[in-house]
Amino acid sequence: MSDTFFTASPHWTWWIILYFFVGGIAGGAVMLATLLRIFGGHEDQAIARLGYYLGLGGAIVSGFLLTIDLERPLRFWHMLLQSETGRLMFKAWAPMSVGAWGLMLFGGFALLAAAGAAAEEGRLPWPRLRLLAEGTLGRTIGALASVFGLFLAGYTGVLLAVTNRPIWADSNWLGILFLFSAASTAAATLLLLATRTGHGASAAAAWLARFDRGALVLELLALIAFVVSLGAVGRVLIGFWGLVLLVGVVGLGILTPLWRPEPHVRAARFVLIGGFLLRTVVLLASAPIHAQGSGVTLR
Amino acid sequence: MPEPMGFYTDTTVCIGCKACEVACKEWNQLPAAGGGRRELSGDSYDNTRRLDGIHWRHVKFVEQFSEDRSQERWLMMSDVCKHCVRAACLEVCPTGAIIRTEFDTVVIQANACNGCRMCIAACPFGVIDINPASGTAQKCTLCYDRLQAGLVPACAQACPTQSIQFGPIRELKERAQKRVKQLHVLGESRARLYGADESMLGGLNSFYLIADEPEVYGLPRDPQLPTRNLFKSAMLSTVGAAMVGLLAFVSFRKHRMDRHV
Repeated sequence: MSDTFFTASPHWTWWIILYFFVGGIAGGAVMLATLLRIFGGHEDQAIARLGYYLGLGGAIVSGFLLTIDLERPLRFWHMLLQSETGRLMFKAWAPMSVGAWGLMLFGGFALLAAAGAAAEEGRLPWPRLRLLAEGTLGRTIGALASVFGLFLAGYTGVLLAVTNRPIWADSNWLGILFLFSAASTAAATLLLLATRTGHGASAAAAWLARFDRGALVLELLALIAFVVSLGAVGRVLIGFWGLVLLVGVVGLGILTPLWRPEPHVRAARFVLIGGFLLRTVVLLASAPIHAQGSGVTLR
Repeated sequence: MPEPMGFYTDTTVCIGCKACEVACKEWNQLPAAGGGRRELSGDSYDNTRRLDGIHWRHVKFVEQFSEDRSQERWLMMSDVCKHCVRAACLEVCPTGAIIRTEFDTVVIQANACNGCRMCIAACPFGVIDINPASGTAQKCTLCYDRLQAGLVPACAQACPTQSIQFGPIRELKERAQKRVKQLHVLGESRARLYGADESMLGGLNSFYLIADEPEVYGLPRDPQLPTRNLFKSAMLSTVGAAMVGLLAFVSFRKHRMDRHV
């Protein structure tokens, strides 16, 4: 029996599952938007702007989900400032501490990028904010938002590994797996948004669909590596959650959109279902395990 | 600075009276489970079942029976926070609520904790949980308030068989080693110390004398710090981020070439 089986569950359930899902989409979307902004043409900018709006919206929702998941939500700022001294609270080796700062910085840069995009479209009463989207400043903001976005997409898996819980701490592959899944779900969400706003037939939308297929292949490989790395602990997946992983995540979420990539919209919906189920399985399959050690039968 | 203090729990003399559990609850004003409604475990004579936010001491009953119940063996162990010298909870706490005291014990400050529950997932022994009364993560403080006043922790004072002994770690270790030798002479060959040396998380300042394998008592054989996975996980994720960036860039070049055809 793995030593992780003797530990207690932190009761991270639906708010956290949703956060892992939304945070990944937000982080990935900003990276894709920045690529369109820096290297794309004029016609790609509508989808780039959608990516930044998605990033900002996702960052706000993420902060909200994390706050309401706390047992004492009004103390959320204790993650950033030491409550007794007012000094900065930061631990480079504690993923939740780094994550709190990473999410805040991501939110900040996503806000700047989204403000620039909105000003560019003439949606804001301050036209000078266009500067945030233009030239070197625009590219720098986009690049920084992407770096923190990719961090946000992957640190959640690292956070789970830096515990002593079954499944999570029994593998080092969760971070990279969540990152690939964030890339595929972000492209899928952006594709759905692009279709809804009338850009579904654009070259950028076709690129998102192609990128998504690549991300799904990476995700499948990382998922296989993750399950293999669990070794004997993987046996706890035999049962309901293993079935969800096999049918929901691999079957519906990865293989179906790879096998039937057209129409893009349907494939994207399957990708989102798979990405959500992946996080659900990882969090909930671990939750009930708590070995007590008593009641051993004498031979 | 006082020297490191802690518990030595000799499980071979524990009689399962649960006086420690009661004393702990009284001194620390911990609420009753389920609002005082008695819930029976149904498969054990122990109805507490586990340490959590309102049970900082728990007398484990290891009830071993043969198939036909003609043979039996009872092991009892008063479980508590191990006050690890290298503490997993303290390592990962993002608010700085978990501190090491002048007695080398580990305490969660209720006024700083915001209930994120990272420490619960990190503890290799499953000791910590949320106390619904405070909405914060809680566990044994090794009676920090009593220690500051020069008193013995409530559980150790209440223990009628001296299964729970409190004192300077150095003295407790000497006492425990003598006791193991005595038990070996008496034929209790499986008796051993758990967490008394520094190989286990730098040493447990609440260590045990147990009479069987650790797993039988629900104890991990080789507890580890959660950050053991940090470097590898973070490196793999960084490689992943680079791969996603590369994939996006390469597929994007194709996108641009397609457009220019």
